[in-house]
Amino acid sequence: MSKKTKNVAFIGVCTALALVLSYIEAILPPLFAAVPGIKMGLPNIIIMFLLYRRGPAAAIAVSLIRMLLVSLLFGNMMALMYSLAGAMLSLIVMIILRRLNFLSTVGVSVAGGVSHNIGQILTAMLLLETAELGYYLVVLTITGTVSGMLIGLCGAALIKHIPNKI
Amino acid sequence: MKEKENTVKRYVRNDILLILCLVLIAAIGLFYLYVLRDHGDTVRVTVDGKEYGNYSLSQDITEDIYTGKDGEYHNRLVIKDGTAFMESANCPDGICVEHSRVFRDGESIVCLPHRVVITVVTSGDSNTPDVVI
Ligand SMILES: [Zn+2]
Repeated sequence: MSKKTKNVAFIGVCTALALVLSYIEAILPPLFAAVPGIKMGLPNIIIMFLLYRRGPAAAIAVSLIRMLLVSLLFGNMMALMYSLAGAMLSLIVMIILRRLNFLSTVGVSVAGGVSHNIGQILTAMLLLETAELGYYLVVLTITGTVSGMLIGLCGAALIKHIPNKI
Repeated sequence: MKEKENTVKRYVRNDILLILCLVLIAAIGLFYLYVLRDHGDTVRVTVDGKEYGNYSLSQDITEDIYTGKDGEYHNRLVIKDGTAFMESANCPDGICVEHSRVFRDGESIVCLPHRVVITVVTSGDSNTPDVVI
């Protein structure tokens, strides 16, 4: 197989995995029903893995394709706006932090998880033109930290154990 | 080898610092939200950022809020015993209905799909704090 074909296949498999994780997340009961759109960010495990293995471009590509597919399969445009803002902010933060190289994958993932939630709430504040949502930022900081830790540990395990050759 | 170990140690230390900072920020926020805040007295409803109505928290009411182009979106706001909650709604996620009751100043329930926000506020001069003499 040529290198290019291999790469396409690899990205495809990762997208499929991220999509499956999105689905699992969608059918699981919400962690914090009180907060709109709160998501653990399970697909972030794959995004983290890609970011460390293949670099920012692959991570951004899979993240975008996943969101587009999710919104086509089981979402609406509103939800796409939130997840887009959350995912992009979290990706940018993670890419920068990985570059700065002073945190482990767990720390990077925690920062990614928190910024993911903040991005979603800021978008909601803009769209709804209300500042009252600021209350959620506190709750989302906590949930983002906890889920970021779990996802960072999973991502670190993947990065460590999946052979580099694939 | 030694150098690698040190790098890992540095990483872990920075990770822990980051997490502690976030926990601290959250703790301060929670303290402010749950300890320092007074009870509000009015529920303000906004749809799409525009004011829809104000309702007193001291009066038990049931208000049906119809939104959307043809009023196809429905949220039922109930005020009972000084607390407000969304009793029912036909939004796809149902998050607003599952939200706990609100009564503290600034607390809100949001229905993102319907763009309905209910917020507890303190009417009148909200800048003067209640002074108990
Ligand atoms: Zn709702």
